Amino acid sequence: MNHWWEKDMSGCGLSGIINTDGKRISGEVIRKSIALQHDRGNGQGGGFAAYGIYPKYKDYYALHIMYTEEPGKPTRDLAQARVETEAYLGGIVEVKMGEEIPVRLTDKINIHPLLNRYFVKVRPDKLAELGKDATEDDFIVKVVMHINDKINNAFVFSSGKNMGAFKGVGFPEDVADFYRLEEYEGYTWTAHNRFPTNTQGWWGGAHPFTLLDWSIVHNGEISSYGINKRYLEMFGYKMSLLTDTEVVTYVFDLLVRRQGLPIEVACKAAAASFWKDIDRMDEEEKKAMTALRMVYGSALLNGPFAILFGHGRGLIGMNDRIKLRPFVAATKGKTVYMASEESAIREICPDPEKVWNPRAGHPVVVELEKGVA
Amino acid sequence: MNTTIAPEFRVKIDHEKCRRCKRCLQSCSFGTYTFQDKVVPDNSKCVACNRCVAMCPEDAITITENQNVYKDHPNWNLQIRKNVWKQAETGGVLLTGMGNNLPYPIVFDHLVVDACQVTNPSIDPLREPMELRTFLGRKPDKVEVEYKNGKMRLKEEMPRQIQIETPIIFAPMSFGALSLNAHKALAMAAKDAGTVYGTGEGGLHQDLYEYGPWTIVQCASGRFGVHSDYLNAGCAVEIKVGQGAKPGIGGHLPGEKIGAEISKTRMIPIGTDALSPAPHHDIYSIEDLRQLIYALKEATGYKPISVKIACVHNVAAIAAGVVRAGADIVYLDGFKGGTGAAPTQIRDHVGIPIELALAAVDDRLRQEGIRNQASVVAAGGIRSSADVVKAIALGADACAIGTAALLALGCSLCQKCYTGNCAWGICTQKPELTRRLDPEWGAMRLKNLLRGWSHEVKEFLGALGVNSVESLRGSRERLRGVGLDAQTLEILGVKPAGR
Repeated sequence: MNHWWEKDMSGCGLSGIINTDGKRISGEVIRKSIALQHDRGNGQGGGFAAYGIYPKYKDYYALHIMYTEEPGKPTRDLAQARVETEAYLGGIVEVKMGEEIPVRLTDKINIHPLLNRYFVKVRPDKLAELGKDATEDDFIVKVVMHINDKINNAFVFSSGKNMGAFKGVGFPEDVADFYRLEEYEGYTWTAHNRFPTNTQGWWGGAHPFTLLDWSIVHNGEISSYGINKRYLEMFGYKMSLLTDTEVVTYVFDLLVRRQGLPIEVACKAAAASFWKDIDRMDEEEKKAMTALRMVYGSALLNGPFAILFGHGRGLIGMNDRIKLRPFVAATKGKTVYMASEESAIREICPDPEKVWNPRAGHPVVVELEKGVA
Repeated sequence: MNTTIAPEFRVKIDHEKCRRCKRCLQSCSFGTYTFQDKVVPDNSKCVACNRCVAMCPEDAITITENQNVYKDHPNWNLQIRKNVWKQAETGGVLLTGMGNNLPYPIVFDHLVVDACQVTNPSIDPLREPMELRTFLGRKPDKVEVEYKNGKMRLKEEMPRQIQIETPIIFAPMSFGALSLNAHKALAMAAKDAGTVYGTGEGGLHQDLYEYGPWTIVQCASGRFGVHSDYLNAGCAVEIKVGQGAKPGIGGHLPGEKIGAEISKTRMIPIGTDALSPAPHHDIYSIEDLRQLIYALKEATGYKPISVKIACVHNVAAIAAGVVRAGADIVYLDGFKGGTGAAPTQIRDHVGIPIELALAAVDDRLRQEGIRNQASVVAAGGIRSSADVVKAIALGADACAIGTAALLALGCSLCQKCYTGNCAWGICTQKPELTRRLDPEWGAMRLKNLLRGWSHEVKEFLGALGVNSVESLRGSRERLRGVGLDAQTLEILGVKPAGR
């Protein structure tokens, strides 16, 4: 076992919007909200996740790949990494379209990795090789893990359908300008402003962190990182990013996608109720909660955090068990807002109908209405 | 001349202070004192158990090491010379009690624990919930739930578990090695503190059946006192394969200790030697162990089955085999673990330290993807709450304490358990000695110890910024090594301090 991991620590700001009626809005809105929380970051990382942005290719997995130097690995000609990656992709999936991600060089961000996106489909013959129970999602996860682990200087930073992550080193408003986010329209947006304390900002280390259509932005430090990581390794996950957020993503991937737990239940495993509360539940519920804690003790996310957790059909906001990081939610009409600070919500929605501080360990779960998007 | 060996200790009586009350004569179970107008000690009998010192109302007794000097020799220290002389005199095997007393490096003392500063807040256990509840037993790979009337329900029942409110249990020590009063104290303390104690291999005295839910009953190679009611009396059954103090060695309770109560409990005639074979005579390989595990599961309605093994060189592979054979708990006993009686050379030279064994076992079970199939209990040299925290961070689900529990009962670690003369009434069957140990007094002291350690574990967790013990379990990232070589660090999975 490799014990020699390094770990990243950071404080942060976050913001999220979901239109439950599926109405798509410009990236300009979320940019405004996260920009207000400028002081929650230090310019070493900003990023966004957007859902509903690729309607034309909505049945294809959208792979966002950066070719860049990676900490702890030798750097080489980045174009060569791209050639190698594209050759690998060409041999294993059907690539419908590939292009450079359009960017705008600004005063703030003018040095950047090579950034490409590919819209791909899983080939039935290759899927069959993976085994009869394997799903297309399993196959894509394998492709992502292969590129991130095996191809130096190539890093997949989003891989879902009809969604994408946009992230880099800089303040989030500068990252938004760089990626021309005002040109995209999505029904769910999340944003992150990063304040790392102990690592050089690295483009791959910015949030959101994603796997398939799951995306996570995260403010906090997972004090249980050591055991969460070792637990996930048992299930074949490889922590390549050196951040807590990666662990959060994989915990949810394991519990929800691979083990089939409902999202609320996965939240209950990750930010478990206290025994003093479980002991007061009715016998059956107590049994279920006790089982969750027994089986998923090593997946318990302990330490201060507020997390926004986006997926194709919804958005979840969650706090740690004793609310050691700020997290506010609000609603107006069919829109739900979540952010580190209430001001970030009022900046884009001055008159919300309801504003509240979600309770520690109690997730705010929002789903799209049936039939939309 | 009986012996040429000089006494180990010197007993000094302050005759100015002494009131000649003769309490020391009553206290000493080793016959050190006689009364000839005044108290006269026989230094050669004294074992430095300090019972007389504790009982003397005038503080008139001082016990010191014999300062008598032999010419120094680095290769032949005095202990080694004494061992040779003793064997020259008797032709016997050297016996001893308690754990390994050679000065091996203690890995726990080279591990330090992390704490939070700035980027994550530490948590105050006096203000916030801090959870130590632990479940020992097999866990499935995943949980399946369904919703009925808006309430979460389990689709399948969980395997049976032992629920403990602190990750510290009392190590198995037999009735026979220990007095009934010592067993009673352990049982009462386990019940009140919400943890468990182990019967060891001597069966369960009828008076203690009421403490069954807090008892792990043992099935060892001698099968003493093993019957259906016994197996079903506890919350789990433990198969003892080996003991850290004497791996590969059986047990021997001499006939003079087999009185009426032990005879009834162990189901052997009064006065016969109780010999535990070195191996179980129905376990000559791992597949035999599997049969016994499942026989015990069938006999008990699938209570958790623990398998206790001594930490030896290939402990990781052995533990993995034990888990695959169906054990729900693997109890690892390191080479610093205690014993009531063992050959000195075996105790001091066989086995490996718990810290390294535990790290290797936890790693192996994870590599094989079966870590969740069994809980791991670490024992053999757990001396403080800090050791508990470090063992849990290395991967233990819980720690077992034997020596520390006996110290709480009054033991002074004189290491004369094998003589049957324990002056504190703990490790003896002589009625005039066992009555010295009041079970309620003992239980109170054991509970105090668990309470103190549990508070301290909570302080560690709070400093680490986590509020539940499962977030420390196996989290080796929260440990650093000081003064350990690179290979040891690699085995422990711990970075050196400064990294």
